[in-house]
Amino acid sequence: MNFELIYRRFSERSILVEWPQEIDEYILKDVLLFKNSLLDLDDKLILQINTAYNSLLIIYQSTIDNVNDEILTLKSHYINRKVVKKPITTLFKIPVCYDEEFGLDLIAISEEKKMPIPEIIKRHSQPVYTVFFIGFLPGFLYLGGLGEQLHFPRKKSPRLQIKKGAVAIGGSQTGIYPNESPGGWNVIGNSPVELFLPKKKEPCFAKAGDKIQFVPVSKTVYDSIVLQIKQDKYSIESEVIDD
Amino acid sequence: MIEILKTGMYDSIQDFGRMGYQEFGVPMSGVMDRYSATLANSILGNPSHTAVLESTIVGPHLKFNHETAICISGADMNAKLNDLELRTNAVYRVKQGDVLKLGKCNYGCRGYLAVLGGFQTEEQIGSLSMYKGITANYRLVKGDVLPILKTNNYAGNSFSSIKIDKNHFEDYELEVFNGPEFDKLDDNQQQKLFNTAFSISKDSNRMAYQFNEPLENSLQPIITSLVLPGTIQLTPSGQLMVLMRDCQTTGGYPRVLQLTENAINRLSQRVFGSKITFKCKK
Repeated sequence: MNFELIYRRFSERSILVEWPQEIDEYILKDVLLFKNSLLDLDDKLILQINTAYNSLLIIYQSTIDNVNDEILTLKSHYINRKVVKKPITTLFKIPVCYDEEFGLDLIAISEEKKMPIPEIIKRHSQPVYTVFFIGFLPGFLYLGGLGEQLHFPRKKSPRLQIKKGAVAIGGSQTGIYPNESPGGWNVIGNSPVELFLPKKKEPCFAKAGDKIQFVPVSKTVYDSIVLQIKQDKYSIESEVIDD
Repeated sequence: MIEILKTGMYDSIQDFGRMGYQEFGVPMSGVMDRYSATLANSILGNPSHTAVLESTIVGPHLKFNHETAICISGADMNAKLNDLELRTNAVYRVKQGDVLKLGKCNYGCRGYLAVLGGFQTEEQIGSLSMYKGITANYRLVKGDVLPILKTNNYAGNSFSSIKIDKNHFEDYELEVFNGPEFDKLDDNQQQKLFNTAFSISKDSNRMAYQFNEPLENSLQPIITSLVLPGTIQLTPSGQLMVLMRDCQTTGGYPRVLQLTENAINRLSQRVFGSKITFKCKK
C-alpha cells in the first residue's frame, strides 16, 4: 500500500517527506522501508537520512539546485521502494528496578489510578514496546506500546534533575533517561544499562524498528548489573525476532 | 599546548560538528558561525572544518607553550598578543610563552581563534565539538591545557589582512524558508512574522535563540518530528525559538520558519537586544 506523502523543501540542503499525522506501526515500517531503500541506492549526494514517527528528512551534501526535480526523483524511488537486505529486528530485555528508592512517582500514580503498585509494574513490564526513533537526548528511545491504563499526564512543573537511567511515564509515552537531565515525566523505576556510549561505533544498542521489553529486577540484581557494567562483563539480553 | 589563564563568557572547542549520528539522537553541534570559522582557518591554510576555539561576547586569556601561528576571525574582541594589538583576519606568529588576551566584543558576538594545524583535543563520534554528555567537558575552564600541533610551518604573508563583509555583522534581515507548519498560521500571524522587528532575548545560547516579542499562537503541538539548526519553532506560549547548532534532533512544536545557512551564521553574531527581521528567500 502506498501512503499519500507530502514532500517539501526544508532547508537549502534538505527535503522533508511526511506521512499521515498518526502514530502507527504500519507508518513506521513504511518510513523505515523508504529510508533503507534510499540508503541501498548508495547515492553519494545524500549525506544522511533522519526519521521520526511519520517523517523522513533527507540531507544532501550540498545545496539542492532544483528542488522539484529532486522531489520527482524521490517520488519515483518511493513507488519502487524495496530493500535488498532487510535490517534485523532485535528484541532487547532491559532490566528495571521498580523499588520505591527509584520509583519516585509510583505512590502518586497508584493513588491517582487506584491501582496497586505491583499491578503498575506488571502492566509496565508486560508489553513489547517498539522503538519509533531516537531523539530528545542522545540515546533517548521514543517507545510505542504503553497500555492506556498507564497513561499519566506530565508533571506541571518539571524536575530540575532526573537521574540517569530513570524509567518514566509522560502522557501516553514511556522511556528511559539516558543521562541526567531536567524532565517532566513521572519516574517509576531505574535501569542500570547504558543507553548511550559515545566511545562505541554504534553509540546506542537499539535502532528505530527494534523492540524493547522491561524486566523487573530486585535491588540486589540491579547492583550486581551495575558492577558487571563497571567491569565490562555485562551485555543486554536480546534475541533476533522475525518481525 | 595552549593554557587557559582566564575564561571568557562561554568558550568551547568546535569544528563542523557531528553528521550521521542524528539517528541516535546526537546533536550536530559545531561552530555557530561557519563563515567566520572558515575564514580564520582558510587564512591560516587549514582545512575549513579544522577545530577552532569559539568564544562568546567576552573572550578568554591564553598562554602559548610552544610556537605556532594564529588567526582570529568573527567578532572583534580587542585581541592583544602580549602588548601588541591584533587585527582580525590576519596571521600572527606566536612564540613560546606569549600571552593572548581576548576582551569584550567591539562588534559581533562570537570570536574564532584558529591555530596552525588546529586544536587537537578529545575527539568523540567523529568530532572535537564539545557537548555535554558526549565530550568530557562541554566548555573550557581555567587551567585547561589544549593540545595543538607542534608546527610553525606557515609560509604565507603575515602582513596582509582581508576586508570582510560588514553586513555579516550588521544587516538585520535574515533570510528564511517557510517551515512545514507555516501554512497553518492565519494571514495575520504570517504577516506579523515578516513585519515585526524581533529583539534577541538574553535567554539565547548555542542551543536556541529566543526573542522578546511573542506571537499569538493558536496552533496545536505536532506529533514529534524532525528539526535542524535554523528551525524556528512556535511554542504554546507564543515564544519563537530559533534552534541553533547544539539543538536536539527532534521536536514537537510547530516549525514556522527555517533560517538559511547564511542566516544561522549571521544570527550567531547578533548580541542580546539587537533587532532582526525575517525575509522570505526567493
